[in-house]
Amino acid sequence: MQKKVAITGMGIISSIGLSVEENFQSLISKKSGISDLENIQTRHASEIKVGEIKITNQELQQLLNLPVENTFTRTGLLGAYAAKKAVESAGIIDINEVRTGLISSTSVAGMDFTEKHYKKYEEHPEYQKYIQSHDAGDSSNKIANYLGLKGFVTTISTACSSAANAIMLGASMIENGYLDRVIVGGTDALSKFTINGFKTLMILSDTYNTPFDNNRKGLNLGEAAAYLVLESDEVIKKSNKKVLAYVAGYGNANDAFHQTASSENGEGAYLAMKQAFEKASILPDQIDYINVHGTATPNNDLSEGRAMNRIFSNVPKFSSTKAFTGHTLAAAAAIEAVYSVLALQNNTIFPNLNFKTPMEELNIVPETEVVQTEINHVLSNSFGFGGNCSTLIFSK
Amino acid sequence: MDALKLELKERIINALNLEDISIDDIQDNDPLFGDGLGLDSIDALELIVLLDKEYGIKLADPKQGKEIFQSVETMAQFVAANRTK
Amino acid sequence: MQIMYAISKFINISQDVVCENGKELFHNQEDTFAAFMKSVYKSLNISYPKFYKMDDLCKLAFIASELLLQNETEKDIALLFSNNEASLDTDLKHQQSIQNPDDYYPSPAVFVYTLPNITIGEVSIRHELKSESAFFVAEKYQTEYMHKYAEYLLKTNKAQKVLCGWIHFLEGDYKADFYLVEKMGILEHSKEHINNITK
Repeated sequence: MQKKVAITGMGIISSIGLSVEENFQSLISKKSGISDLENIQTRHASEIKVGEIKITNQELQQLLNLPVENTFTRTGLLGAYAAKKAVESAGIIDINEVRTGLISSTSVAGMDFTEKHYKKYEEHPEYQKYIQSHDAGDSSNKIANYLGLKGFVTTISTACSSAANAIMLGASMIENGYLDRVIVGGTDALSKFTINGFKTLMILSDTYNTPFDNNRKGLNLGEAAAYLVLESDEVIKKSNKKVLAYVAGYGNANDAFHQTASSENGEGAYLAMKQAFEKASILPDQIDYINVHGTATPNNDLSEGRAMNRIFSNVPKFSSTKAFTGHTLAAAAAIEAVYSVLALQNNTIFPNLNFKTPMEELNIVPETEVVQTEINHVLSNSFGFGGNCSTLIFSK
Repeated sequence: MDALKLELKERIINALNLEDISIDDIQDNDPLFGDGLGLDSIDALELIVLLDKEYGIKLADPKQGKEIFQSVETMAQFVAANRTK
Repeated sequence: MQIMYAISKFINISQDVVCENGKELFHNQEDTFAAFMKSVYKSLNISYPKFYKMDDLCKLAFIASELLLQNETEKDIALLFSNNEASLDTDLKHQQSIQNPDDYYPSPAVFVYTLPNITIGEVSIRHELKSESAFFVAEKYQTEYMHKYAEYLLKTNKAQKVLCGWIHFLEGDYKADFYLVEKMGILEHSKEHINNITK
């Protein structure tokens, strides 16, 4: 029999806050974290806006109490910070007391340091220690070690849907009795590699991103990390822990259209949402709020909007929080999961900032104000390059 | 102009990895996108890079590509009129 | 009653050799990986010009899955790929293109491949698979986990078949071990067999 998957803890760091509470306050006071790039030297700095976390790596290392000699890159630092907060918020003292795992995600991994230091490797061998930190798996291992976790660890790398897939897989491992508890989420730091890459695809906006707006120009990249602690029914009963929300449903499907663009009628998105409803055993009209993928690229918002129109007879209230945080790539689905849980806990829908003009092709518009209303089920979409479309449903 | 068109065909084949296609296969007025050579949106972006790299022409808006890249003929006209290299 | 699942077919590609179910299919007569893959592609008699635009990791994934799915009619096939270097080989190419401020022309076509799960995207596009998929990065093939995940997908009817694979390409060194899991096959879907296929 399938067990219910409860969320008992959350941790987050993003350009709108260093804690769950700070992020929530920013969301309800419409305080965006999009700004000019400061921490990275690039020729594109004047042509883009980013969701940069205004904390240096030095400061992060201090917050984490790391020894001076360490090989964490920014991705690992952000990840360890958020994962630790999640574990603390779940009231976990002995992380290995039950079968516990970590499923993390990243796309940048150690590239943020590699791109800065690799020219120095020959002349300055003291930088060579970062070579091993390059791999995607390294940040996950570092996070697991930092938490003192001895159980199962894996890393998912499916671009912008990574963290949703981590949450999905973690939930299914608990439902099927393979784990009692799992820490799931993702982390990505800003890097020249990604900035240059996205620039060459011509999907970056030179101003504040405007999701679902007719005149949207593209996305703002961001950096962040967030993790949820998922626990099984049994563990909850034994420890009498407070449940923040449930992972009620999830779905993943491939758009099978193009390496980086979404199909015109949003087939992959449609299928992922459909599967999530089937898994959750709820109907589309029971959804009270959709946190859309809404990257503000011409392509995504149209494709996603069409998919929503296909699956909902009445599209529920929706918004993209990427106008607050930017697109944080592998961490996106994780921070948006935190925001979905906050929506449930506070019966609040967060606004879609910067929206002015409805899209010509669609008859739906996002919420532009903070809305107080009863929320029992939230749907969150995350679509990655490679056609990887994931949907999560969270319930009270 | 003929030399330019030949040069463009060669460069297009190289830049877009069209291994099974030769210069003779591309007619001046064949549509490059859609049914013609079947190029896609990433190919369009590569052609924008090509315009910059080989001819010093910078396009700010990818949508401009639709007009310019209709065929080798339209590309050649545009390059001849705007090249800085 | 325990339902047993089976491996119906497996493909191994490594330096110079392509094997199907343990028997050699092709031997490399060419000098480079690209030429080797091209020769296998040509022998398949298919017309898929997008093949030439793929990066080396995707070409490898494409050829391995093409051989596996050649006569396959089922569309509900989940894809579970894994490796230990993600898209590092192409990452290096992208990094090189943004090195020199005087010769600064990053290629969108290269950047598109700086994610390992594009391998899944390419296979999905080719075979029109809108199924569930995931890409895992781990030091070596996580046999236990992949075994469980594949069985879970089949048991819960989330897929009719599961294509699992280890797909490695880094600076000329390559290896692909792909196997198809379904209800009937030639080998039991056991951890022992998986270890043999991916060793």
